[in-house]
Amino acid sequence: MTTTSEPVAEQVQAFLTERTRQTWARDTDLFAVGGVSSMFAMELVVHLESTFDIVIAGPDLALDNFRTVDGMTALVLRLREAEQ
Amino acid sequence: MLREEAEDFSLAVLGAGTMGLGISALAVGHGVPVTLVEADAARARQAPAAVTAQLRMAQLMNALPADREYGELTVTGSLAGAAGATVVIEAVTEDLTLKTKVLAQTAALTGAGVALVSNTSSIPIDELAGYLPDAARLIGTHFMNPPYLISTVEVVRGASTGEATLSAVTRLLGVLARRPVVVGDGPGFVTSRILHPMINDAARVVQEGTATAEAVDTLMRECLGHRTGPLRTADLIGLDNLADSLRVLAERTGDHRAAPCELLLDKVRDGHLGRKTGRGFYDYGKAQP
Ligand SMILES: NC(=O)c1ccc[n+]([C@@H]2O[C@H](COP(=O)([O-])OP(=O)(O)OC[C@H]3O[C@@H](n4cnc5c(N)ncnc54)[C@H](O)[C@@H]3O)[C@@H](O)[C@H]2O)c1
Repeated sequence: MTTTSEPVAEQVQAFLTERTRQTWARDTDLFAVGGVSSMFAMELVVHLESTFDIVIAGPDLALDNFRTVDGMTALVLRLREAEQ
Repeated sequence: MLREEAEDFSLAVLGAGTMGLGISALAVGHGVPVTLVEADAARARQAPAAVTAQLRMAQLMNALPADREYGELTVTGSLAGAAGATVVIEAVTEDLTLKTKVLAQTAALTGAGVALVSNTSSIPIDELAGYLPDAARLIGTHFMNPPYLISTVEVVRGASTGEATLSAVTRLLGVLARRPVVVGDGPGFVTSRILHPMINDAARVVQEGTATAEAVDTLMRECLGHRTGPLRTADLIGLDNLADSLRVLAERTGDHRAAPCELLLDKVRDGHLGRKTGRGFYDYGKAQP
C-alpha cells in the first residue's frame, strides 16, 4: 500500500487547527510566525508517530522536518515507504 | 570533544525529579554514563522513559552533539549505586536535613577525590559543607530547567571548596558543553536570590487581584524583555520547589518579601505544582515532561 500526500496533509492540518485554533497553509513555517512554540514540536512528533504508525528517530528528529505541513507530510510518506 | 573524554566521567545523579531527570538527560546525551539514584520506587520506575523523552526533545531542538553516542543510564533505588562515580550531583528535594544526610552518606561511599556537587537553589554551600568530613569536596552548580537548553551554569564556590573540586566540575561542564560562571556563596547565590523573590512578587500581584497571571507575564515579557514571564517560569520550576527555596531565602536573609505568598502556598497545598502536575498558574491539561 502506498500512501498519497493529500490525506496525510489534511490530517496534519486538522490536528494543527484543533490544537492552535487557526488554519495553516501547507507551506507556512509554523515556528517562524510565532503561532507555534518549539515545545509544541514534540507534540507533533508524538502525534505523527501514533497516527501514522511510524517511528521518528535519529537524524529525522530535527525541528526542520516539522516546520511546515508539507515537510511533515514528506517525512511521513518517506518513513511509511521505508517500512514496506 | 572525543567520546573517550566523556567516558572518563561516570556521573551519579541523586534524585529523579525535575532536575535530576534533566541533568541525567544532558549527561547521557553528551556521552557520559549516569547512575541515577531515586528513593521513590514509582519515580524510579518512570525515570528511564522520562530521560528518553527529554533526550528526544533535546535532539529535536538540536541541543545535542550529533557525533557522540549516548552514555549508559542506570537507575537504582540505592545510594550504594553512587559508589563508583567520579562526580556526584545531588538533586534531591530542597531541604537542609535531607540534603546533608544524603551528602554525608555519599561522601562516605565514594573516594576522597570524588567531587560532590549540590544543585541546591538557595542553601549556602558552606552551610551544607559544615556537615561533611571534608568540606573541600563540596561545590554548587545551578543547572536550570531544562538543562539541555540552558547552556550557562551558575557554579557556586564556597569558602571551603577545594581547587581540585572546582577543576573537576569545570571539566565535566566542558564535556557537557555548558559554560560555567563561577560566583561566591550566599543564600540563593545570584540567580535564585534575584529571581525567586521577583516571582513571589508576581504571584502576590495576582493574589491581590491587581492583574491576572497572563497579564503579569505579558507585561514582563513584552515591556521588560523577560523570556517566558515569571509565572510561566514558576510553573516550569515547580511551585513546591519554589516555595521551599523562598523559605530558605527568607530564613537566611530576614527578608519578609522572600517568604512564599499565600497564593503560592495554596497552590502547593492543592497539589497544583505547575507543569509537572499539569496545573499551576496555568492549565496544561496533563502533566508535562
Ligand atoms: N526545579 C527547578 O527548576 C530547579 C532549578 C535549579 C535548582 N533546583 C534545585 O534542584 C534540586 C531538585 O529540585 P527538583 O525541582 O528536581 O525537585 P523534585 O521535587 O522535582 O525532585 C526531587 C527528587 O528527589 C527524590 N529524593 C528525595 N529524597 C531522596 C533520597 N534520599 N535519595 C534519592 N532521591 C531522593 C524525590 O523522590 C524526588 O524525586 C533542589 O535542590 C532544587 O532547589 C531546581
